[in-house]
Amino acid sequence: MVTLTIDGQKVQVEEGTTILEAARKVNVRIPTLCYLPEVQAIGACRVCLVEVEGNRNLQPACVFPASEGLVVHTNNLRVRRARKFSVEMIVSDHPMDDCLTCPRNQKCELQKLADDLGIREVKFTGEKSGGQIDDLSPSIVRDQTKCILCRRCVTVCKEVQTVSAIYTQGRGFKTRVEPAFGRSLNDVSCTLCGQCILVCPVGAITEKENIEEVWHAIFDPSKFVVIQDAPAVRAALGEEFGYPPGTLVTGKMLAAVRRLGFNRVFDTNFAADLTIIEEGSELLKRIREGGVLPMITSCSPGWIKFIEHFYPDLLPHLSTCKSPHQMLGALTKTYYAEKAGIDPRDIVVVSVMPCTAKKFECSRPEMAGSGYRDVDYVITTRELAKMIRQAGIDFAGLENGYYDDPLGEYTGAATIFGATGGVMEAALRTACEVATGKTLENLDFQAVRGLDGIKEAVVPVDGIGNVKVAVAHGLGNARKIMERIKDGTADYHFIEIMCCPGGCVSGGGQPVPVNDEIRRLRAQALYQEDKNLKIRKSHENPSIKRIYEEFLGQPLGEKSHHLLHTKYTARGRF
Amino acid sequence: MENQGCSCAPINEEDLYPKIEEIINQHRGNQNALIMVLHKAQNLFGYLPGRVQEMVSLGLGVPLSEVYGVATFYAFFSMVPKGRHEIKVCLGTACYVRGGQKIVEYLEKGLGVRVGDTTKDRRFSLNEVRCVGACSLAPAVLVNDDVYAQVDPAKVDEILVKYE
Ligand code: SF4
Ligand code: SF4
Ligand code: SF4
Ligand code: FES
Repeated sequence: MVTLTIDGQKVQVEEGTTILEAARKVNVRIPTLCYLPEVQAIGACRVCLVEVEGNRNLQPACVFPASEGLVVHTNNLRVRRARKFSVEMIVSDHPMDDCLTCPRNQKCELQKLADDLGIREVKFTGEKSGGQIDDLSPSIVRDQTKCILCRRCVTVCKEVQTVSAIYTQGRGFKTRVEPAFGRSLNDVSCTLCGQCILVCPVGAITEKENIEEVWHAIFDPSKFVVIQDAPAVRAALGEEFGYPPGTLVTGKMLAAVRRLGFNRVFDTNFAADLTIIEEGSELLKRIREGGVLPMITSCSPGWIKFIEHFYPDLLPHLSTCKSPHQMLGALTKTYYAEKAGIDPRDIVVVSVMPCTAKKFECSRPEMAGSGYRDVDYVITTRELAKMIRQAGIDFAGLENGYYDDPLGEYTGAATIFGATGGVMEAALRTACEVATGKTLENLDFQAVRGLDGIKEAVVPVDGIGNVKVAVAHGLGNARKIMERIKDGTADYHFIEIMCCPGGCVSGGGQPVPVNDEIRRLRAQALYQEDKNLKIRKSHENPSIKRIYEEFLGQPLGEKSHHLLHTKYTARGRF
Repeated sequence: MENQGCSCAPINEEDLYPKIEEIINQHRGNQNALIMVLHKAQNLFGYLPGRVQEMVSLGLGVPLSEVYGVATFYAFFSMVPKGRHEIKVCLGTACYVRGGQKIVEYLEKGLGVRVGDTTKDRRFSLNEVRCVGACSLAPAVLVNDDVYAQVDPAKVDEILVKYE
């Protein structure tokens, strides 16, 4: 431990702690911009400058280590002037007329910083470095004119996701963050995961909005508009309306979407339960018939795009199950359309997802097994919040709403799909009971919960033996597992992989900010919902039993094959 | 003044790929060799073709975006093939004041390229330089290693015909 003085207050911290972190202990919040906890500390933007006695120059607090006897001043005229200068330089190269129309308006770190530092005029005017807008992908828009070159996106893409789709290109005034050869994200091996959106402090990376298309469908009297939402949405949407992270807002969300004018409200969770049945059957079949093992989950479209680009040889390891919302879309336009007597042509399916990659997924040509697009539009959690605000709905004042039958019933096993390890836990609950016919005493598989990058478990299942499983989240961890499959050291039966660190609760479409603490709180909300539900095993969902009786027949049967399963495409490395 | 172009057949770019492959193989998997390998490629090809950057990326295990990032950061790498002759217009203060910029504009128009680019037939690449130390001769233009003094647009045409 070392003791230092910050603004006259003594503070004790571990050696190696930065001044920035030490200052928090005495309730001093030093402003930052390029710094990103858990991801990046590079001392580049010079917004966090402080005066350290004995050093001639001001020092960036985000990288300067605390040491014994250090005396630090975080707020004097010299520091104020220097920080202001750093921000004024950024502001002077920024399209300042754009705030009112910017997707990040009111949620922008640069706006907040300019306000916190009391910037009231732009001192430097002149040519701006400009840049292009890349809106070619179905998921992500990059607006370089707003980029402040903090590199947070570059670091998350390279270090956390190991994709490196973007990097700093060129030099000096013409420096840009973009893919090689100035290509569009749409034309490179970007997974469209949107983790770069979550870390961008400004409006330079955002999702491609589909809000207007959805409003048009809602107000088109000839359309029957169905909405479904993924489990992770209800664990985070509240943050957009001022609730603390980890508040479950299922009831209010359901009331809100009904007020928006959707005709039916279904739950992606229903299809999550269905996924467990289909994927579980596929796994048993592979184990019994000597199919390709380990089998890997396929419900995370960013992960799918990753393996298609980087490990096309390993595609046979993927389960052929579509992701749950695609399944639900397909069933809405077949099973439900038939039941309700509605022409599937008139049905519009909108998915609210924590995910930007799912915008891409729903546009994949193979996602139309019924002859109609499974899902017409994917909107993110953030977009749903925007729609609720646009409609003038007082979210906090809403009574609890409900899901509609027959595609709205779900179990606790489905709802934990939103957290890393959830799919595995749900699968294990069902596998153990279905294979053995015995009732599980303890439904909580703690070994696959939590934020460790790679989690493993061995579960004895009567009649099969020891089932070895692994769970990975974040593409960096996925890559490690893929390398082990390649060199033959991954002797698992089943692997769950989620593209986003923490799983869907911190997907690229979720409210910002996201950090490990928030990941934990959102996941907790889902485990709590699971605990409170009467039915916690997918195979006990009565609506699932019914759909097999009335419509699907068998798991892996003819209908399932057409509607619920899919195929993959090997894509280029670059 | 002698034309410096050699009389042999123009280099066939295809023939260079096995050579760069060999260089990359010597450094396979070594990310630290990036700048050195790019350097060798630049000398071999006269520029860094996209295909070469992809080969370097795969060979050294450096993501393509990063290879390109390094290639565009350092001024000695170029993304476009060099012409057989390099025109450099001096834009040091003296040359600038005496009309260097006008010559640049005239050349851009006449050759149909921007500064930093190469003509389609690869005859010329056009570049600017900062002060070549010929201020008394301003404005100065260099073609390869030949210095031309007090150039004006009319004189430019006369000069260029000497270089095929
Ligand atoms: S990025 Fe922030 S500062 Fe820039 S236009 Fe958008 S809201 Fe305004
Ligand atoms: S979407 Fe994901 S893979 Fe693509 S640039 Fe952003 S972080 Fe990288
Ligand atoms: S796009 Fe956003 S995160 Fe990336 S460098 Fe620019 S401002 Fe930073
Ligand atoms: S936050 Fe410390 S230098 Fe950017």
